[in-house]
Amino acid sequence: MTACRTTLGLLTVLGCAVLLTGSSCDGTQAITVGSKLFTESVILGEIATQLAVNAGADATHRRETGGSTVLWEALKTGQIDAYPEYTGTLRQEILSQLGLESDEELAAALARYGVAMSRPLGFSNTYVLGMRKARAAELGITRISDLTQHPALRFGFSNEFLERGDGWQQLRAHYGLPQEDVRGLDHNLAYQGLGSGALDLIDVYSTDPEIQYYDLAILEDDRSFFPDYDAIWLYRQALVETHPEAVAAWGRITGRISAETMQALNGRAKPPGDQPRVPESQVAADFLRDELQIESRVTTASTSQQILARTGEHLYLVFWSMLPAILTAIPLGVVAAKYRTTGQGILGVVGILQTIPSLALLVLLIKPLYDAGAALEGVLGSSFGLTRLGEPQAIVALFLYSLLPIVRNTAAGISGIAHSVRESAEALGLTRAARLLRVELPLASGVMLAGIKTAAVINVGFATLGALIGAGGYGQPILTGIRLADYSLVLQGAVPAAVLAVVVQGVFELLERVVVPRGLRLRRS
Amino acid sequence: MLSLENVAKQYGSLQAVHPLSLTIERGRTTVLIGPSGCGKSTLIRLMNGLIRPDHGRVTCDGTLVAPENLLALRRRIGYVIQEGGLFPHLTARSNVTLLARHVGWQGPKITSRVAELAELVHLDSDRLDQYPVQLSGGQRQRVSLMRALMLDPDVLLLDEPLGALDPMIRSYLQSDLRNIFQSLHKTVVLVTHDLNEAAFLGDHIVLLRSGEVVQQGSIDDLCDRPVDPFVREFINAQRSTLSNEVRE
Repeated sequence: MTACRTTLGLLTVLGCAVLLTGSSCDGTQAITVGSKLFTESVILGEIATQLAVNAGADATHRRETGGSTVLWEALKTGQIDAYPEYTGTLRQEILSQLGLESDEELAAALARYGVAMSRPLGFSNTYVLGMRKARAAELGITRISDLTQHPALRFGFSNEFLERGDGWQQLRAHYGLPQEDVRGLDHNLAYQGLGSGALDLIDVYSTDPEIQYYDLAILEDDRSFFPDYDAIWLYRQALVETHPEAVAAWGRITGRISAETMQALNGRAKPPGDQPRVPESQVAADFLRDELQIESRVTTASTSQQILARTGEHLYLVFWSMLPAILTAIPLGVVAAKYRTTGQGILGVVGILQTIPSLALLVLLIKPLYDAGAALEGVLGSSFGLTRLGEPQAIVALFLYSLLPIVRNTAAGISGIAHSVRESAEALGLTRAARLLRVELPLASGVMLAGIKTAAVINVGFATLGALIGAGGYGQPILTGIRLADYSLVLQGAVPAAVLAVVVQGVFELLERVVVPRGLRLRRS
Repeated sequence: MLSLENVAKQYGSLQAVHPLSLTIERGRTTVLIGPSGCGKSTLIRLMNGLIRPDHGRVTCDGTLVAPENLLALRRRIGYVIQEGGLFPHLTARSNVTLLARHVGWQGPKITSRVAELAELVHLDSDRLDQYPVQLSGGQRQRVSLMRALMLDPDVLLLDEPLGALDPMIRSYLQSDLRNIFQSLHKTVVLVTHDLNEAAFLGDHIVLLRSGEVVQQGSIDDLCDRPVDPFVREFINAQRSTLSNEVRE
C-alpha cells in the first residue's frame, strides 16, 4: 500500500510540474532545419528557415541541434530535413572512407543516402593564414609560398591546427616552410599576440569576424594545400517532391554569400569587440532583406519567457525519464535483493550503463530509437514520438543513468531489514506478495526514497546534456552562452538548473514525511 | 499434535540437529531447553517450516510441514521470538491485526478480538496505538503474543520470548504466561536456556545437547532421575534459584 502511495505521490508532484510544459508537437509535414553548435551554422540555419517560410513552407529551425555526426544521422533518418554543411566536412570526416574527389562524386555519394546538396553558397570556411596588413605589406607577403623567404617569422597556431594530421606539419612539408618559432596557444590569445606584435602570423577560419576587426591580410594558398570547405545546403531528396518551393528558395541564395559577407554576419551575431550582440534570427532577417528584399518577422522571446520555456523542456525530460526509471528500478532492486546471483548481474549491468559517456550514448541512440519508432508506427499506427530527434534520445539516456541509485538503494533497503522482522512476517503466514507490499517495501521506503532523490538530483543536472542533441532544457542557454562567450546566458541555464536541483531535493524531503511510515521516523523514547 | 520423525539439519559442517524423533502432545506446554548451540531454536523453526529438514519429516496434526501447506499451517501456529519481531512501521494494533485483515476479517470481529487479547495479556488499550519503538520491552512481548494469538491458533511456538527482558519484568511476564497457557489449553512449545523458567512454565521438558535429545520428562524426572552426568551438571548449575521456587 505504501509502495502505491510512493508512486502516487511522485506522480502528483512531478505531474503538476510537467503540466507546465504543454504537449510537444507532432510529426506533420513541416520542414525541420537543423544547425550545428556554432554561430555561423545557426545564422545559416536561420536563413534557410526564413527562406522556406517566405516561400510558403511550414518550416521550423531546431537551433544548435548537435555536432556534425548528430546532424548527419538525423538527416539520413529524416528527423531533420535540411541543414547547412561544408563540402570539406563531408569529404574529410563524414564520408572520409569513400575518398571522394570532385563535387560530382560527392553529390552522387549523398544521393545514395537520399540526400541532396545545393550549389555552393559562395564562401568557403577553411583554415587560412593571417597577418596584420601593415606587416604583410612591409615584408611583401601575399602568398603562403612567400613565407619561405622569411625564416625568422614568429607563428602562433591553435592547438587543434598544430595537432591535426592535415595541420601545421603537413603545411610545413607542403610548402617547405623554414620557420622554427612556432607555438601553440588559445585562439583568442593568438589574436591579442598578433595585435601586440608578439606574433607575426596565426591560423584563422576564413569567415572569422576577427579578420575584419583586426584588419588582417589573408595569405593566398597558392599551392592548394587547404581543402575546400564550401558551404552548401544539405537536404533530403524527397523535399524536391514534397516542398519544391523551399528547395527553390534555398537556391536563390546560392553563390551570394561571400566570405566577407559571412564574416560580417558572424561579426554581428558574435562581435569581437564591445558592440552589442544581435540575435542570429535578426542577423539573418536583415541579410535577406538587403540581399533579396525578403521581409521576415522576427520575434524574440523575453528572458523570463525563455526561462519558463526552458524550465518546461527541462522538467519534461526529467519527469519522463524519472517515472519509467522508478517503475523499472524498484522491481529490479527487489529481484536483486531476493536472488543473489541475478542481483549481482543486475547491479553490474546498471553500473556499466552509468559509465557510458553521455555524448556517445546520445548519438548511439539515434538510429535504434528511430527504427523502433518506425516499427511501432508500422504495427500500431503511431511512433509514440520516437522518430523525433532530441527528446527520445535524451529521455532514454537519462532513464538509463537514473537506474543505478534506485536499484542499489532498493536492494540495500530490503536486504537491510532485520532478520527477526523478516522471519516474523514469514512465520505469520503472509503470502510472498503481502510480505513484500506490507512489510518489506514500507520498511525499505526510507532508503529507497533516498535513492530516488539522488537519482532525481543527478537527473536534473544531467538533463542539461539534452541540449547537445537538440532536446532543449537549461542546457540550451548554457551551450549558446559558451558558444557566444556570454556568461549571463550561461547563468540563465546554470542558475535555474541549480535551483531546480535544490527544489527537487526539497520536494523529496517533504515526500519522505508522507511516504516513510511514521513508526520509522520516531526516536526511541 | 506436532511430530518430528528422524529429522536432521546440517549447516555447512555443523550438525545442528542429529536425526531425532520427538512428539509434542496436544494441550500441553513442552519446553525445549539446553545450552547455547544445542539445536533448540533450529528445532522450533523446523516445526513451522521456517527451516526445512535435510532428512525426516515434520507433521502438524497429521499434515506434512511442506512448502505447499505452509501458509495454511502457519496461520494455525502462533510464533513469538525474542525481542518480539514486531514490524516497526506499524502500530501495536496494526501488528496484531495485520494477518486478520489480510485473511479478510471484518472490523467488528477484529475490534472485539483485540480487546479480548489485550485483557488476556494485560496490555493497556492506549498502548495499542503506539509504535513498537515507543513501547517497553515487556509491552512489546505482550503485543507479540497478541499477534501470535490473533487467529486463535492451535499451536503456540515461543523462542526465548523473555530472553531480552530485565529480571523484574521477566518475572511478571512469566506468571502472566503461565496463567495464559493454563486458561487457553493450547499446545505450547517454548524454547529457553533457563531451567527456572522451564520448570515454572513447562509440563514436559526436553533437554537437548549438540542436536540430540538427552532426556525428556517432568522437572522431577530430570532433577531426581538424571540419565547421565550432563543432566545432573546442567541442573546443578541452576539449582540455587530452582530450589527456592519450585520446591516450596
